[in-house]
Amino acid sequence: MTNPTMNLLLFAMLPYVALFTFFLGTILRYRKAPFTYSSLSSQFLENNQHFWGLTALHYGIIAILLGHLLGLLIPRQILLWNSRPLRLYVLEIFSLAFALMALVGFVGVIERRIRYPKARTVTTPADWIIESMLILQAAAGIYVAIFYPWGTSWYSTSAAPYLHSIFLFRPDISYLVTMPFIVKFHVVNGWLIVGFFPFTRLVHALVAPVPYLWRKPQLVRWYGIGILPVWPRRPSGARD
Amino acid sequence: MNVRSQVSMVFHLDKCIGCHTCSIACKNIWTDRKGTEYMWWNNVETKPGTGFPTRWEDQERYKGGWEKKNGDLELKSQNKSSALFNIFHNPNQPTLDDYYEPWTYDYQNLFNAPEGADQPTAKPISMITGEYINVEAGPNWDDDLGGSPVYAQNDPNLESLTPEQREQLFATERLVFFYFPRICNHCLNPACVAACPSGALYKRGEDGIVLIDQKRCRGWRACVAACPYKKTYFNWSTGKSEKCILCYPRLETGQAPACFHSCVGRIRYLGVLLYDAARIEEVAKLPDDQLIEGQRSLILDPFDPEVIAGARANGIHDSVVESAQKSPVYQFVKVWKLALPPHLEYRTFPMLFYVPPMSPVMASKEGGVIDHVSGDLFHDIEQSRVPVAYLAKLLGAGQENKVRYALRKQKAVRWYRRALTVGDVTMEVSSRMLAEADCSSEEAEAIYRLTSLCTFEDRFVIPPMHREEAIQMMEDPLEHKASAGFGFVSGPQRGM
Repeated sequence: MTNPTMNLLLFAMLPYVALFTFFLGTILRYRKAPFTYSSLSSQFLENNQHFWGLTALHYGIIAILLGHLLGLLIPRQILLWNSRPLRLYVLEIFSLAFALMALVGFVGVIERRIRYPKARTVTTPADWIIESMLILQAAAGIYVAIFYPWGTSWYSTSAAPYLHSIFLFRPDISYLVTMPFIVKFHVVNGWLIVGFFPFTRLVHALVAPVPYLWRKPQLVRWYGIGILPVWPRRPSGARD
Repeated sequence: MNVRSQVSMVFHLDKCIGCHTCSIACKNIWTDRKGTEYMWWNNVETKPGTGFPTRWEDQERYKGGWEKKNGDLELKSQNKSSALFNIFHNPNQPTLDDYYEPWTYDYQNLFNAPEGADQPTAKPISMITGEYINVEAGPNWDDDLGGSPVYAQNDPNLESLTPEQREQLFATERLVFFYFPRICNHCLNPACVAACPSGALYKRGEDGIVLIDQKRCRGWRACVAACPYKKTYFNWSTGKSEKCILCYPRLETGQAPACFHSCVGRIRYLGVLLYDAARIEEVAKLPDDQLIEGQRSLILDPFDPEVIAGARANGIHDSVVESAQKSPVYQFVKVWKLALPPHLEYRTFPMLFYVPPMSPVMASKEGGVIDHVSGDLFHDIEQSRVPVAYLAKLLGAGQENKVRYALRKQKAVRWYRRALTVGDVTMEVSSRMLAEADCSSEEAEAIYRLTSLCTFEDRFVIPPMHREEAIQMMEDPLEHKASAGFGFVSGPQRGM
């Protein structure tokens, strides 16, 4: 990955292809095939090992993604936080712990799918592919975190500007070209995951049922009106 | 007052012969698809027995239904935040082992087996993995008390009985059972709807049928855990939950649901009830011993001018009100008080009611003749082989007097007819029984007619569904058989 053309292709072109596919794919799938817009739980078929892998991977990955997002949004504040060694260590240790949790979860999940024939029957090729990509991604991230300290700081000074440049449509890959191979791999694989996202079960993350927190318990639907969230009430003039 | 209409049901357990025709009718129409093999939207259980899924009534384990917490009504399975925290792994979801692994047989082997010394056999094959399996459970494994020392003994309702009563229930040559057919109760306060994080479950405003929007369902399985009757099922192939739809495509064309239509014992009744939606929450918070009266008070008199005006104000068509006036369910539940809701203590307000079954008298007197015309004309109800306490646990929210009332009235009607037709009971005795059972001779006659001589039209008073107003219902549902849900034409595929 030292070829300049290759660098341009992977760090300046691929992101846009991936993002384009991501947005077009998720929107089109939501509109054209809403039925498929979910994950396919196998808890019903195998419930002994389900808890460990699933819970670890989700809590781990949510924390890690949140960390990546924070580094992207408030890089200065992160640097400021890291200016005291103790706070840096705390942040690094927590990040690493969540990353390990995610990795252990991913491995547990794929191991479970291989081990239990019932879980295997509801596993699609796309599942295997995205699972492998996610494991590689988590492993690469952890490798970087351990062997190239202190990631939380240099993410803010190199990865964040790179991502900013991408999102502002002024791609600047100078931050990346000098990076070690494994970092580049983490970035490229990340974009590939983003691009592959709409074609996998990962779309369920986009329909996380957060509105449940403020929804009224009972739902009633009327002909031609649709869903009414408040249930002891009926719309006036709804019919007749 | 907020008048709503609800298509409601009565199952007359005294008439159920346990033939499972209802289950087969339903299975053949709705759940013969991949992923639904194990589902029985309609099933018939033997009671005492553990039911399907095994011990579904044990809410300490399954966490179904509502409970009162600090004066508030909360789901037992989750609250709002725990629903989200546990969304990656539902701690209360029943699994395949709680139901059974669906299977078929290797019939090909009967034809293809090489010649040998033994007859070829058709070994069972799992319909999930395609591997040979050992069948160890089925949807109706303890039918007719089969294997009762293992299964029926675990019936959660037996907790209401004393050790002696339990012993008597299972004593050889004295044991007794009855059938308990179950479909979705289409509750007034459905726990499944309240539990759905995605808001995919809903109650239809016009007829109260509870449905799952297959497009909106994301397969979080919260409804499966929350329904105390375990009548929502997870389709392991499509990753969506499914449930009894009360055959709404049939209802909308004026036909009874398949399980009702096919019922051999003619135990099923269907009709509209008008109810007051404004008071549901208030009534759902009543103490256990007031729940039955509370639910009855929700059901409104369709002849009351005030109710009719309220119905009109809410856009309920006059034809539906008229249908409610002829509803056999209204008679059984509200007028005669013969039909009772199952496990009302779960506080979902099921709108399927059961007439408790009569059972043989306990022959505890060795060789003794049981005197039917003793001073207490209803002594045999106390001595019946199925203890009233058991029925009360199942159908009376623990209130024995409600079950006793229904049983006494049933017996009085029988004896009234016996006095009229057989003549071995005097009219005087039968009149006394009617009076003691809070029943007039006109009422007895009406109960008799609707129980014994009921025609199709008497049993199923289907309200006009006003399909013309249901734009989304204009598609032919059978066109979509073997696809998932209705209203969109695509196979239940999930992509790559």
